[in-house]
Amino acid sequence: MIDSLAVLAVFFGLFFFLSGSIGLLRLPDVFSRLHALAKADNIGLAFVALGVILLEPGLLNDIKVVIIWLLVMAASAVSSHLVARRALRKERDDD
Amino acid sequence: MIEILWFMVDVMLVLLLLALAWTTCSSRDVMRAVTLFIAMGLLLAIIWARLKAPDLALAEAIIGAGISGALLLSAIRDYPSTAIAVDRSPLMHSIINTFTMALTIVMSWAAWHGLNMSDGVRLSEQVASQLAVSGVSNPVTAVLLNFRAYDTLLELAVVLTAVLTVLILNDKRADSTAPGPLLQGMTRWLVPLLVVTSGYLLWVGAHAPGGAFQAGAMLAAAMILLQLAYPSIHQGFNLYLLKILLVIGIFIFVLTGLWMMSVNDDFLAFSPAHAGTLILVIETAATISIAAALTLAYIGGRPTGWEADNHGNRAMTEKGGAE
Amino acid sequence: MISAGAASSILTIALLSAVIVLLLSLFIGLIRAWLGPSVEDRFSAVLLIGTGGVAILMILAIVLQISALYDVALVLALLAVVGTVALIQSERTHD
Repeated sequence: MIDSLAVLAVFFGLFFFLSGSIGLLRLPDVFSRLHALAKADNIGLAFVALGVILLEPGLLNDIKVVIIWLLVMAASAVSSHLVARRALRKERDDD
Repeated sequence: MIEILWFMVDVMLVLLLLALAWTTCSSRDVMRAVTLFIAMGLLLAIIWARLKAPDLALAEAIIGAGISGALLLSAIRDYPSTAIAVDRSPLMHSIINTFTMALTIVMSWAAWHGLNMSDGVRLSEQVASQLAVSGVSNPVTAVLLNFRAYDTLLELAVVLTAVLTVLILNDKRADSTAPGPLLQGMTRWLVPLLVVTSGYLLWVGAHAPGGAFQAGAMLAAAMILLQLAYPSIHQGFNLYLLKILLVIGIFIFVLTGLWMMSVNDDFLAFSPAHAGTLILVIETAATISIAAALTLAYIGGRPTGWEADNHGNRAMTEKGGAE
Repeated sequence: MISAGAASSILTIALLSAVIVLLLSLFIGLIRAWLGPSVEDRFSAVLLIGTGGVAILMILAIVLQISALYDVALVLALLAVVGTVALIQSERTHD
């Protein structure tokens, strides 16, 4: 029962990962691509992490997964902001 | 069914790896090449994980992707954006092509031969049988720090020699882009997290994948991030302390080895009762040294004020020794 | 360290297919990294493997029953961030 819930969560996350990657490939602009990458991948990771927590019996490992998820969220938010800011600055310099 | 799925996973991993490797080597733009190199390092970590080798995955992620990537970036900093390969004479071209072809043939033969060989002597059984007296329960750490401790000592010496070469050759490179407040804000919580993770890897290396090299490289990554976010932070650092940190790993290692020689009649022969503690002490010192060495290598040379420090020494020597 | 409890084979099949789909999304994302006209598109490769790789590692930790892979996931996330920051900050002479 819990297994099926976990698998459902993981597949839900997969959907977001795939759409993030397709967005990265097909969207027209650096900024929209970064947007797709950061947002969709993070939600996908959240669902995958949820599924993994449901499947993993060890408590310490579950805490690790939560820490990893929080870290990836915060870090990828800042990283994609930095990349976008650099792209913006370069665009302004070119004009 | 499961075997088919594993096969598909492996095929995709191999295709990804080959694609990344090819585009890394064939890029004319050095920045693109380094970016893809870092991505390839991270992918290799995933591949090691799939091959059930978490120690290697940790080492590859930290050293292969993080440190090597940072060092390469440091190296290409003064290159123009699209560094085109130099024009070579046709003779040079054919020499390179022949050499590469020969290398490919030899490696393919070696891989084929290795795959078809019989199992041979498996050292893992010998390691497993001696694991109880080694002082740690992680077989990789046991091999690195106990059974083959001499090799690890020599590795530390190689790292130190490389850093000494960097220090001799260069002054510190000029700083890069000015960091914004967001980067500095992230660094304030990320660097402590990196330091804590490094300590965790050092501690857990006794019974789970981890160890001195991973911990040291992670600490170096923390220092690199700190340097990126606060470029003037190296200026206040006590250089005498830095020199001590560089050599403390080898110092403690050799000291322990000599002590064991006096107790057990053999250099670096750990007595089983104290092996665990000794290994932890050696690993801690090694972590600090590796971190200091890699950070100095990234900075690119002598930090500010290094020569002023040494001028003081030389003046004293010229006057006929310390007074 | 091996965590308790073996995964049933249906669960393994589901999780392995999830890994394949994740690898596929990595591949799609990396196409942008190879093609990408601007250098920020290349940076997104590192970000992509940072999040996607963490998801893959967490699922592999369940499938292969190796707890250490959570540590590897943590380290991967941390280093993807440091790598991205290093890439962005080294850009001065590359415009």
